[in-house]
Amino acid sequence: MSIKFEVNGKPVSVDVEARTTLADCLRHHLRLTGTHVGCEHGVCGACTVLVDGDAVRSCLMLAAQAEGSKVVTIEGLSNDESLTPLQASFRKHHALQCGFCTPGMITTAHALLSEEPDCDADRVREVLSGNICRCTGYISIVDAVLDARAAYKKRDGGP
Amino acid sequence: MKLPPLEYVCPTSLSEAVALLASRDGDAKAIAGGQSLMPMLAFRIAAPTLLVDLRKLPNMREIKIGADGVRLGAMVRWRDIDKDARLASAHPLLKAAVAHVAHYQIRNRGTIGGSIAHADPAAEIPGIVVACDAEIAVTGKSGSRVIAAADFFQGVMTTDLRPDEIITEIRFPAWPARRRWGFQEFARRRGDFAMAGAALFYDEDAAGSVINAHVGIIGVGDRPRRLPQVEAVLNGRAIDEATIARAAEATSSSVEAQEDIHASAAYRRALAGIMVERALLSASR
Amino acid sequence: MKNAFIGSAIERREDLRFVRGRGQYVDDLSPDGLLYAVILRSSVAHGRIVSLDASGALKVPGVHAVITGKDMPGGPPIIPMRLQPLPEFKPFEQPVIADKKVRYVGEPMAVVLATSAAIGEDALEAIEVEIEPLPPVADWRTAQRDEALLFDQQGTNRSLTFNAVRGDADAAFRKAPYVRRERFRVQRHFGLTMEPRGVMAEWNAATGRLTVYGAAKVPFFNRRILAKQIGLPENTIEMVENDVGGGFGARGEFYPEDFLIPFSARHVGRPVKWIEDRRENLMAMNHAREAEVEVEIACERDGTILALRGHAQVDVGAYMRTNGAVGARNVAQFMAGPYRIPNVKLDVSLWMTNKTPVGTYRGPGRFETDFFRERLFDIVAQELGLDRVEFRRRNLLASSEMPYPIATITPYEHKDEYDSGDYQVTLNRCLEEIRWSEKSKLQGKLLDGRYHGLAVGCFIEGGAAGPKETARLAINEDGSISVFIGSSAVGQGVETVFAQIAADALEVPIDRIRGVFHGSTAYVSDGYGAYHSRSVVMGGSALLDAAKNFQDALRAAAAKRLGCNAAAIEIGEDSVKGPGGKALPFAEFAGLSAEGAFLNKKHTYSYGAQAAHVAVDPKIGHVEIVDYVVVQDAGRIINPMTLRGQVIGSLVQGLGGAFLEHLVYDEHGQLLTGSLADYLLPTASDFPNLRCVTMDMYPSPINPLGAKGAGEGGLIAAGGVVANAVANALQSFGVNPRELPLTPARIWEMVQSARK
Repeated sequence: MSIKFEVNGKPVSVDVEARTTLADCLRHHLRLTGTHVGCEHGVCGACTVLVDGDAVRSCLMLAAQAEGSKVVTIEGLSNDESLTPLQASFRKHHALQCGFCTPGMITTAHALLSEEPDCDADRVREVLSGNICRCTGYISIVDAVLDARAAYKKRDGGP
Repeated sequence: MKLPPLEYVCPTSLSEAVALLASRDGDAKAIAGGQSLMPMLAFRIAAPTLLVDLRKLPNMREIKIGADGVRLGAMVRWRDIDKDARLASAHPLLKAAVAHVAHYQIRNRGTIGGSIAHADPAAEIPGIVVACDAEIAVTGKSGSRVIAAADFFQGVMTTDLRPDEIITEIRFPAWPARRRWGFQEFARRRGDFAMAGAALFYDEDAAGSVINAHVGIIGVGDRPRRLPQVEAVLNGRAIDEATIARAAEATSSSVEAQEDIHASAAYRRALAGIMVERALLSASR
Repeated sequence: MKNAFIGSAIERREDLRFVRGRGQYVDDLSPDGLLYAVILRSSVAHGRIVSLDASGALKVPGVHAVITGKDMPGGPPIIPMRLQPLPEFKPFEQPVIADKKVRYVGEPMAVVLATSAAIGEDALEAIEVEIEPLPPVADWRTAQRDEALLFDQQGTNRSLTFNAVRGDADAAFRKAPYVRRERFRVQRHFGLTMEPRGVMAEWNAATGRLTVYGAAKVPFFNRRILAKQIGLPENTIEMVENDVGGGFGARGEFYPEDFLIPFSARHVGRPVKWIEDRRENLMAMNHAREAEVEVEIACERDGTILALRGHAQVDVGAYMRTNGAVGARNVAQFMAGPYRIPNVKLDVSLWMTNKTPVGTYRGPGRFETDFFRERLFDIVAQELGLDRVEFRRRNLLASSEMPYPIATITPYEHKDEYDSGDYQVTLNRCLEEIRWSEKSKLQGKLLDGRYHGLAVGCFIEGGAAGPKETARLAINEDGSISVFIGSSAVGQGVETVFAQIAADALEVPIDRIRGVFHGSTAYVSDGYGAYHSRSVVMGGSALLDAAKNFQDALRAAAAKRLGCNAAAIEIGEDSVKGPGGKALPFAEFAGLSAEGAFLNKKHTYSYGAQAAHVAVDPKIGHVEIVDYVVVQDAGRIINPMTLRGQVIGSLVQGLGGAFLEHLVYDEHGQLLTGSLADYLLPTASDFPNLRCVTMDMYPSPINPLGAKGAGEGGLIAAGGVVANAVANALQSFGVNPRELPLTPARIWEMVQSARK
């Protein structure tokens, strides 16, 4: 079936089987491989993307359900010239090792900070408890997100 | 874990959706947030040939608060309940329970109607719905009907819903301002399904004794239940240490606990008692 | 300029692509004409294959082929063991596809090749398999009865027994004034990686070259195996290491899919990609850790340990995999840990069962054996009326006793010794950090409905397995320098760490090191991979050798160009200078390259101590880690930031093993934990109060870097420390935790039993 939606600010039109998940559509049809698939049953959070501003598990959505929506992936949260404040903070705090959970972590953290730039450590941990990391043990990730709050507070009502 | 072959439709009216569900002789399934259904499809435990997306159906996303209680459109998401400040006083038990549901990303898409239709015995919302004597409004090819919570859940992931029926609204009775309530659950990790949980409330008469006790248990047995034996222990008495202890005891002895890889039956029975105990302690403060 | 980068917390280069989602993992590659492989896996734990009919699958549109053992001339090849390849193990090795029998749920039976993974999965349902079920052997006690045999011709389900011996334990026991015996058990769990496994293979018939993507850990060794199995010369096969989403000892060993996918690609003449899904991963990636022991300790009344004796049983699953014996061997050889135990007599038996085969998982055998030992120590200290800390102090090895020979393992005669260290220092620091003396009064106290407990444990971590590693340095067109390493990257930051080492060795700014290329067989002549925390020690030391050779080569080339003696050449940050001041930039020597190697038969031993403060709710069995400290001496620290990342990451895995992770089988050999909803991994909210202190007191004397492998220590002591802390908290009940994981239900049951 033909599905039209927006990805990272650009309109896209894909022709996929009805059963194709949003995750697979992004990765294979649109070649946006930054979103990773870690479990395909909605537990690990590696596949997190933003759909109309909300962080969602793209493995638990059919691509068809994204019809008419605005989807943002890690590629849409990045640029070539420099690291964003959140990305720089992850690097500074060594909040990643193998990098596989990282796009999901950053996307989730970005959604959280955009809405709640004053969140505290408990809230960060609560929100990130839906993203599994096997390498870091999470402490550096929480530190990185807390350190990035300043950049989100400066913004006017979020990006 | 790719999904089995299926067709997908996205109707724009309730009657269209019902007709589509009715058209496949039980092989069509409604999908709302998909947070419970998609994993079942990924594991190929369910293989409906047609998915009927409910997202374009009108009038199903509102939270209406009035004198007769709280009415939630079936497509109301956990996130919407979180964000509605009115519910802190209009239905604090509902709000407290929803805070325990799943994780951030799931809460952005998961719906109250979806959770109730899915009927996982360890899910919080079916427990709240039963504890609070909510009513579930559904529409199918034979028309609309309202099902009492006590009649709705019939077993593990089994409900009174017919294959062509769609939940449209969940109605909670009005919540008096002075009502006492408690919610306690214990899961292996934050956001996991409860190994046991208690959702309860009671009112007090002029003498300060309990009336109208409603004690609901989550995650124990094949469906959420109220515990009349425990309610009988509470009604007519003041909430003190002795009553709470008796209520916990009555809980452990009256529940039918299942055994699984996370908890033995004995542990679960004991845990249910502790959850009621702690919920009563929190309610009575 | 000297030592400007080694020791610095330099931010990682690899992060620049990872934070942008520009990593390239094997599933990110999709060449034209790609077919997806989906594997039919046995749903029966033990049985004889009667028939397999794939004709139905071939009719599914989009299915290109179905590969079975019948397509393999001479039958399915057998995967040889890589570590401890003893002749006794040979009959238990695994064929790349089930042959006549299936022996575990998840064993590969056929490979469907289709235009999409979804179609491949659809086709699985159309394959008709008939298996005559055999009685399942679901645990070691059943295996021991030797009634149902996994390998009929062997007459037993026991593949081998290792013995660890030091001194004369029997004599010591006869004379000992105090003896205590106890049983302990650690559960089956594994090194689950966030990225499941994947292999992609491309066969170029025109050039006769096979390229395999998704390699990790030991690509050179795996290439050797594949070449032999597939019948191609090694130098026609290239193993390419992409970005890898975690290894932990489990990824990168030679699995059945490492043959099946390249074989399929060659068979159909199209690129083939297989990506493991999570359901498969739980039943197909190496399992680990399941071990039980009956152990006795002999002591003087003052707590001096005289001897350790015991029998351990390790459930290794259905086949002996490439490194399936390491855990068992380590259980025996390292049970003494950093302590002076002059007499040791331990045997470890490896039992074949109808479960997923085992391999290594971070700190293999060490997590288990540390739990056994540290738990026993607390029991003994209590019974002898001794302070738990003093008991440990009395028995810790002193630095003056180094090098200290440990128990000898047979068969596979392997003598080893601890290289350097002062275990008292890390213990003291740990006690200081957790505020042990101040918190002592909390032990066993009930506060706000929870009992508080403390525990401390000491550990050593062996690393840097040899025998060798190679590295190469080369000058690029623009005068920058590239590093090529035989070590593999599994997320531990090799691209940054090796840049640090190279920059310091060459005395150039770190920006001059343009890239660190690792793992793939095209980069160096030979490599040994990433396992046993060896990359920094072995690869780093090889890099030092390469740097020396590189400087010699550069001086010689410059001398020739400038017409002078090599000794007169000075190498600067970006150019070489001859007598008379004539300078030539590095770019003038583009293409110049030099290799280096490091040979090492000895292991390095980093070590330390861990302590925990817990609060236990006895009514529901919940344990909160109020505070947890790891103190580790890792010898020369190259990048303190990445080292701390390893320690904390490793610790959380250890806590996962202590509390949450469990691969549960029923009596029919069915895996009950088939998803991440049941196999529980630690999340961000579970263990927020963890701290680590890293020290670099004792450089290793056995490599030029002075470094010690340090990727595994974080978890080694976690099981014992946690169990002891819980026992300490619940001391008024007299509970005795002897089994992991410490689930809420288990803790509750211990309290209930103790009450009776």
